[in-house]
Amino acid sequence: MTSTTYEPPAPETDLRRRGIRLGDVLFKGIAIVAALAATVLLGLIAWKILQLARPAIQDFGLSFIWTDAWNPVTNDYGALAFVYGTAVTSIIALVLATPLSVAIALFLTEIAPRKVAAPIATMVELLAAIPSVVLGLWGILVFGPWVRDYLEPWLQDVLGFLPMFSGTPSQAGILPAALVLTIMIIPITSAICRELFIRVPQELMDGSLALGSTRWEAIRGVLLTYAAPGIAAAVLLGLGRAFGEAIAVNQTIGNANIIPTSWFEPGNSLGSKIAAEYAGATSVEQASSILYLAAILMVISLTTNVIAQVIVVRFERARRAV
Amino acid sequence: MSTVPTAVDPYDITQRSNGLRRRRIVEKIFGVVAIASALLACAILVTVLATTLYKGFSQLDLTFFTKPRPLFGEKGGIADALVGSAVIVTMAMLMAIPVAILVAIYMAEYARPRVSKGLRVVLDVLNGVPAIVVGIFVFGLLVVGNGQSAIFGAFALAILMLPMVARATQEILEVVPQSLRHASLALGVSKWRTTWNVILPAAIGGILTGVVIAVARIAGETAPLLFTSSIAANQVSLDISGALPTLPVMIYENSESPDPAAQAAGWAAAVVLIGFVLVLNILAKFFAGRKRRQLEGA
Repeated sequence: MTSTTYEPPAPETDLRRRGIRLGDVLFKGIAIVAALAATVLLGLIAWKILQLARPAIQDFGLSFIWTDAWNPVTNDYGALAFVYGTAVTSIIALVLATPLSVAIALFLTEIAPRKVAAPIATMVELLAAIPSVVLGLWGILVFGPWVRDYLEPWLQDVLGFLPMFSGTPSQAGILPAALVLTIMIIPITSAICRELFIRVPQELMDGSLALGSTRWEAIRGVLLTYAAPGIAAAVLLGLGRAFGEAIAVNQTIGNANIIPTSWFEPGNSLGSKIAAEYAGATSVEQASSILYLAAILMVISLTTNVIAQVIVVRFERARRAV
Repeated sequence: MSTVPTAVDPYDITQRSNGLRRRRIVEKIFGVVAIASALLACAILVTVLATTLYKGFSQLDLTFFTKPRPLFGEKGGIADALVGSAVIVTMAMLMAIPVAILVAIYMAEYARPRVSKGLRVVLDVLNGVPAIVVGIFVFGLLVVGNGQSAIFGAFALAILMLPMVARATQEILEVVPQSLRHASLALGVSKWRTTWNVILPAAIGGILTGVVIAVARIAGETAPLLFTSSIAANQVSLDISGALPTLPVMIYENSESPDPAAQAAGWAAAVVLIGFVLVLNILAKFFAGRKRRQLEGA
């Protein structure tokens, strides 16, 4: 053990002594690269879509968004009809789906005994699993005719004085598309609401019930209040889905590049219009205006999603603070 | 109003409070509305499934699966679309699953909580990008200049699949008991071998659930394929450098057709697609049950 015969250890042994192993470094490196790739991918999508749309954005300017025109002959293009179609179908779907989803989630968590809740929850999940193209097929060939023959005449009888319920019933239009969207987002929102309601502390509900409130009063006063931000996030996620759905809407909305007064009439949405042009646009302006539509759609749905995520993160932080 | 109303003693529980009747009615209405909503959702599912079966099932025979789509009126099948879908979905799985699992491992095993949370948001936002926008992205990135191809279609589907599988895997990795990690590390096993040989096998049920659900979802996706692998010949082909026909695109095209025979073929293809998706979902339930039992046993 004399200090004169000091030999420096081999590098690998040195690493080993410090607890570093080549396998670990490599594995961690690969995992980091994968995580970076996922992040870069999101950025790349946003950048590429905007880059593709740039010629159109420069050509048409921002006024494209609120211009109502789609004329391949005169090369006049504007997005208003599609923005309108997207907004109105999604908002109808949202207004119908939100109370239904909350009610379904309440039924599954607060009312139904476990034996009943489990199969119904599975069925709602399966509703989400139906491919949108199949729902669209059903929407245009089965549901659309039913809406035309029964639902729309009935709406006209009852609410015909409103402009949106005037006009001739048709199997493809704003209303059938909105209803198909409703069917698509109910399973999404209700599944998230169910998760939320399960996590509401039971003692809060018990406290309310012990004070003599009815079940509904406890739900309204405690459960819904507690879960409100989460419900808002769930609704926004459903809305994001509705904004972005292209195929089922394309099959059911009728693909008319106009802003219809009546909900019975055909219209078009951003996603649907893009999908309709897949076989190839006929002119450069038309192709680039389609890309402009894609950019608008991306910005809208990314914004909706980011807001929903922010609410979720805040909600979780608040919940942990309780 | 000449008589003084009988005094209501607020502490007398034998007396009914004035609003009780109304409160009871509201309670009843709430119950009925909740049950009706749940039943409505179930009824919609049953209606969609029943009409699809009713309209499509009668055409399912052996030739439907072995013959490609017809060129003109004659009776054909869906063999070409079936093969195309299988090829494209398999390629998408090969692209997405390894990356997704690695992302999840990074989030659950390596990243600091802040980074992990950030990645979670990134994945959730990526999951929220509309499928049609993903299609346009791949179109602009790869298809322009190269033409449509099954590989590009698979890439678009892989983008949709990545966040779903990564999030499912990450969530299951976080519930793998910490004691397993500690036990393995205490035995001197390196971290990556611990992850590979202990953590991943423990979580395999949950990972499979996530994968199966993601496959079920992308198998029915039409929008990303329209711009990447839609303009294809009606013949069985394995040539992934060109566009391949797929079931969803075929159903989409047939649903827009005024020809009753094409619509009928669309329904039959829809039966096949729905059947596949439902089987996968039931499989996912099975894996999820196994996962729970395994982790509870651990």
